[in-house]
Parts: sequence; structure tokens; C-alpha cells
Amino acid sequence: MKATSRAFKANARHALGDPNLQRAMVNLRTGFAERRAHAVAQLPEWEELREQAVAIKKDALAHLDFYLEAFEQKVIANGGQVHWCRDAAEANETVLAICRRLGAKTVTKGKSMIGEEIGINDHLAANGVTPVETDLGEYIIQIRHEPPSHIIAPAVHLVKEQIAQSFRETHRDLDPARPLMDSRQMCDEARAVLRPRFLAADVGITGANFLVAETGSSIIVTNEGNGDLTQTLPKAHIVLASLEKVVPTLEDATTILRLLARSATGQEFSSYTTVSTGPRRRDDADGPGEYHVVLLDNGRSALLGGEFEDMLRCIRCAACLNHCPVYRAIGGQSYGWVYPGPMGSVLTPSLIGIEAAGNLPNASTFCGQCESVCPMKIPLPKMMRHWREREFQRHLPPPAYRLGLAAWAFFARRPALYRLVADVGARVLGVIGRGRGRFRALPLAAGWTQTRDMPAPEGRSFMSLWVERQSQRKPR
Amino acid sequence: MTEKPRVALFVTCLVDLFRPSVGFAAVKLLEDAGCTVEVPRLQSCCGQPAYNSGDRHSAQAIARTVIAAFAGFDYVVAPSGSCAGMIKVHYPVLFADDPSTADQARELAGRTYELISFLVDVMKVERVTARYDGVATYHDSCSGLRELGVKAQPRRLLASVAGLTLKEMRDCEVCCGFGGTFAVKYADISDKIVGEKTDNIRASGADTLLAGDMGCLLNMAGKLERDGDPTKVRHVAEVLAGVAGPALGEPGDGA
Repeated sequence: MKATSRAFKANARHALGDPNLQRAMVNLRTGFAERRAHAVAQLPEWEELREQAVAIKKDALAHLDFYLEAFEQKVIANGGQVHWCRDAAEANETVLAICRRLGAKTVTKGKSMIGEEIGINDHLAANGVTPVETDLGEYIIQIRHEPPSHIIAPAVHLVKEQIAQSFRETHRDLDPARPLMDSRQMCDEARAVLRPRFLAADVGITGANFLVAETGSSIIVTNEGNGDLTQTLPKAHIVLASLEKVVPTLEDATTILRLLARSATGQEFSSYTTVSTGPRRRDDADGPGEYHVVLLDNGRSALLGGEFEDMLRCIRCAACLNHCPVYRAIGGQSYGWVYPGPMGSVLTPSLIGIEAAGNLPNASTFCGQCESVCPMKIPLPKMMRHWREREFQRHLPPPAYRLGLAAWAFFARRPALYRLVADVGARVLGVIGRGRGRFRALPLAAGWTQTRDMPAPEGRSFMSLWVERQSQRKPR
Repeated sequence: MTEKPRVALFVTCLVDLFRPSVGFAAVKLLEDAGCTVEVPRLQSCCGQPAYNSGDRHSAQAIARTVIAAFAGFDYVVAPSGSCAGMIKVHYPVLFADDPSTADQARELAGRTYELISFLVDVMKVERVTARYDGVATYHDSCSGLRELGVKAQPRRLLASVAGLTLKEMRDCEVCCGFGGTFAVKYADISDKIVGEKTDNIRASGADTLLAGDMGCLLNMAGKLERDGDPTKVRHVAEVLAGVAGPALGEPGDGA
């Protein structure tokens, strides 16, 4: 996927002016944040579980090579295959080669962020294989030719009228008289279209929430059951997974699963949790003939041992998005690449480079809400700050901003001089502003005063008044 | 009687420049609590704007002046969760690559507090003698809340203010959109966030908005004023100390 993160500000402005998006984003709070709070409150061992989950992932990352090789051996023993892919191109070629070998015409897909990251749909389509998204949200954005705006609810930026309209434009057999007023009716319509697609697909592609080293299994969680139909009906099941998805044991996976759905949607568990261990065995009534795991690095191994390693603990629950005031204001597409919100602001520069993603680590108020809700206790603000430091070292912030910062720092690090300037500044601003009590326009803060007043200073600096009053208090 | 604790007031740049009355309110509250208050002259800023802009070098230089200015006091107290959090939580991290300064930073961090939590948690203040006739709502500023655990302390003291009723707003723990330079760099996003905040303030039915951080207060007051909203905006210390000058953004005669 081509990144437009450099145009973040313009993207955000567009999103702020989009009434449908603004209406849709209100649902985020009631639909996700409030339900999460309720689910967490119901679980007394929440903090303990977080600690356990962090320890599991830390161990997995510390011995990543060991667990991945153990995982591969188990997959092979189960009759499957692991494909180690350094980057998006290798992963795309691997998937395409399997599809070609099987003569695949259509491919069904469960929701996969790795699929978005490598742009698998475009690659398959360009090579004559038709990808069909089967997760309702992904299906909606596929027919609208949009990128996802959220990592678990890709169409969360849309209102139902937009979705109904897209169905009417795309579904040729749809009776114009058929009502598409509510989510039930729209689900039925999508189901009617997708059922034959499941049966016709030659290959099914899913993501993975976990890879289990102990058993060689991949695990997905869904609420629609589409993942199961995607992976069990076709000739081959291809799992797209990045390498940090591995955990040592099934027990470890279930520990983290207790955090995942609660953090994501406020459910205790997702409707479907599906464990896939190899292709169909001789006695199995059904299942895919082949089982492939496309194991993607794409820059992740370079994060190991560095200041961004903690990011590899992320389980893609999206709690940080749902609680981020910036994300809630502008939606996910503004971020301009696959991963939006706080986790994206750390991960995107890690994967596509800080030059391409520069705005993202800056677009945070550092309110800390993301870190406080993160089930894996990832210090997201700290890592955004690390990115800002790297940007600063490489002179990437705009010259005017650097100059302003340098001028301010020049005084701030010289307190005696700073005192003089602050005293004068307080007096000048006070004299100009105290009649009204506020400024309606300030030259250096035009962005602020475009929509907000700036309260005027009282007219003297505290320090100068303090010195004056002290000398009155204790005459010498 | 044990000797009074020597407390240094870290004024913070925004209080120094915009609202000295908050500084004097802080001094009064600390003295009423039994502290001897001093204000080291050679203080400027905690360095947070540099730190959060990725300018680690300037942040370290500024932090060194703070460490020097506040050496030797029993406690350092700031009328801001954000600035106190910078010293208490971030200074030790800032000097991770400089062990000797890191020790001093940790030592300073250990005796640095946000004003209201210092009064309640350290000085064991249970009530104040102030009076304020009004209905107030309290915004939990992010750094104070999430870095320092400032939540119950201001509410406890506000409950003892005669004439004051506290009405909680929806999402009182959600950021107001200030975020330091964020408010200028990403002004339109910041405005959207503060707009939701002021909607919640209005819906609470309060006539007064209180918080413990000048940055957030300037942002919320500026938005309320632009919208012609009559809600009065004050730092919580002003109300607890019974200081009654013009509210933020109201015309005044100057200090």
C-alpha cells in the first residue's frame, strides 16, 4: 500500500470536514471504549493478566529464532509448509506462486492486516487472480476501493447509508425495492453475495492472531465465522502472519486471548476462535488440502534489541485507537498507511521509514491514554518521543519550528536571562490584552487563535511580583 | 513541634507568564499547610517543550538548571501535573545516558510533587477554609492523572470548599487537545478535541471549570470564550486558596 502519511495534515483536515465520518466516529466511544471499560471492570485479575501476557511476549521475543524454528518443525510435521519472507515482494510472490500452481481463479480472504501491509489484493488482481474479502468491513471497503480505517473495524468511518449505497451500486442482482435500512438487512445482503464466493474459491487466505510454537497451529478470532469458511472450504489455506505473532504454547495463547477481545470490543471472547493445525488429515471429513504459513519479516527483526522492540508485543486489539483523542477526531485513513492511531504512529515509521511517516509520531498530545489501555503495556508515547528524537537529529522538522524551539531553549537554559525576558513579555502582553482579557489573534499562534481565544496574561510575571512582595514583607 | 518542611515552589512558565495569582494561591496553600515556602529565582521551564519535540540535548541542558536551582530543599512543588510529571517521571529517563546526573535527577524526582497531591498525600491536608459560590466541574489533566495519580486529591479538597458543588462532566479523563506545541502544530485537530471537551463542560451544568494545569486551562478557556460561553475558568488552586480575581480570559486591571 502506498503511504500518504506525509499528507497527514491535509488528510486530517479533509476528515474533520467530512460529516459522515464525524457521525460514524461517535460510535467508537459507545461501541468500543465503554464496552471495554465494562469488560475490564468485570475481571478482577485484569492487571495480573496483563503482567502475564507481557512476560509471555517478552520471552517469545527474546527467543524468537528458537520459537519460530520450533513452530516450523511442527507445521512440517503436521503436513504444512512455512515460507520465510523478508519483505512484501517475497510474500506476494509466494502467495501468487501457490495460487498459480493450484490454477486458482478466485481467492477468499479473512481479515488480515498483513495482507494490507503487503498489498496482496492488488498483486493477485494484477496477475489474474480475483481476491474476495469476506469480513463484512473489509468487503465494504473493498467494493468502495478504500483502505481500512481501523485495524479491527475497517469500515468504522462509514455510516450505514454509505454502505447501503455501495451495495446498490455493486450488487447487480440487488432488487431496488429491497430495504437496506439496518445492519441486519445489510448483513443478509452481504451474506447472500458472499456464500457462492466461499464455495467457488480455490484458495483461502487468512491472517493469524497467534502462531503457536508448541503445536504448529495458527489461531484466528472473528465475530462473523467468515474466517472458518475461508480456510476450510478451498484447496489450500494460506496464513499470512508476521513473525512476532509466535507464542510458545497454547496455554500462552489463551492467556493473551483473555485480554484480546476484552480490549478490542469489550467481549469476553470473540464469537469464533479457530485453531488451525495443518491441512486436512486422512480421517477428516473436510478441510483444506494444503496449509501454508507465509511468515513475514518486513523490517520487524530489525526492531529486536532496539528502543522499538516493545512494539512487537502488540496484539492488534485496537484499544489504543479507540481511546486516542486524535484518532477519534480524524479516523484512520488520515494516517495514510495500514496502521493508524498510536500503534500506527510507532509502527509505521519503523516499517516504512521516518521520512515517509514523519508526521505520525508528532500527531499526539501525549495524553497517555493509549498506554494505559494497552493490554500489552506498550509504552507508546515513549516510543513516539523516540521517533521525534530521531527526526530532530536528522533535521526533519520544519525550519521555522526548529528556529522557534532553538530561540526558546536559548533563554530557557539561561534562567537569569529568561527572567528578564519573561518579565518584559508578561508586561507587554498584559498591557495589550488586559482590556479585553484575551486575544483574538496572535501572530505566532495563528493556528490556535483561528478557532480559540488566547486568555491574556495578568500583566506581571509571578517572579517579579514575588520579589517585590518579599521585599515588602521583610524590609531590610 | 517538628521543624516546618522547606518547600521550593516551581512556578512553571505558564503560571509565571500568564497567571501569577495561581503562584500566590499555591504559596498560600502551602503555608497554610505548615510549609516554609521559597521560590528559587533562577528557574525557567522544566524543558518539556524541547523533550517532547525530540530535542534531547536542550531538554538536558534545561533540566540541569532545574536540578541546580532546586537542590537542597525538602520538597519541590509545582502547580501543574505536567511540569511535576516531567521532573518526577521523565528526568531520570532523560539522563539515562549520564549516570551521575541521573542520580541527581532521581533524587530530585523523589521529592518533587504536584501541588494538590502534595497537600493531600504528603502534608495530610484534609480541608481548606475557602468559600466559592458556584457549581464547578473538574477536568483531569492527562499528565497529573496518568503519570502522578492525581484524581481523588483535588476532589477531596474541593468538597471542603464552602458553597461549592462539584458536578462531574462526561469524559473528564479525556484529553482536552492541548498537548503543548500540538495545539499550534495540529491546530485543527486540537480544536476538534477541545470542542468535544467544551460540549461536555456545557452539558455538565457547571458554571465554573477547574483543572490543575495552566496549559489545559488556557486551551479550554480560549475555546469557551471564542464560543461566547460564560463558564468561568480557574486553576483549582485559586478556588482552594480563596483567591478571587478575574477568571481566565476575563478583563482585568492587571496584577
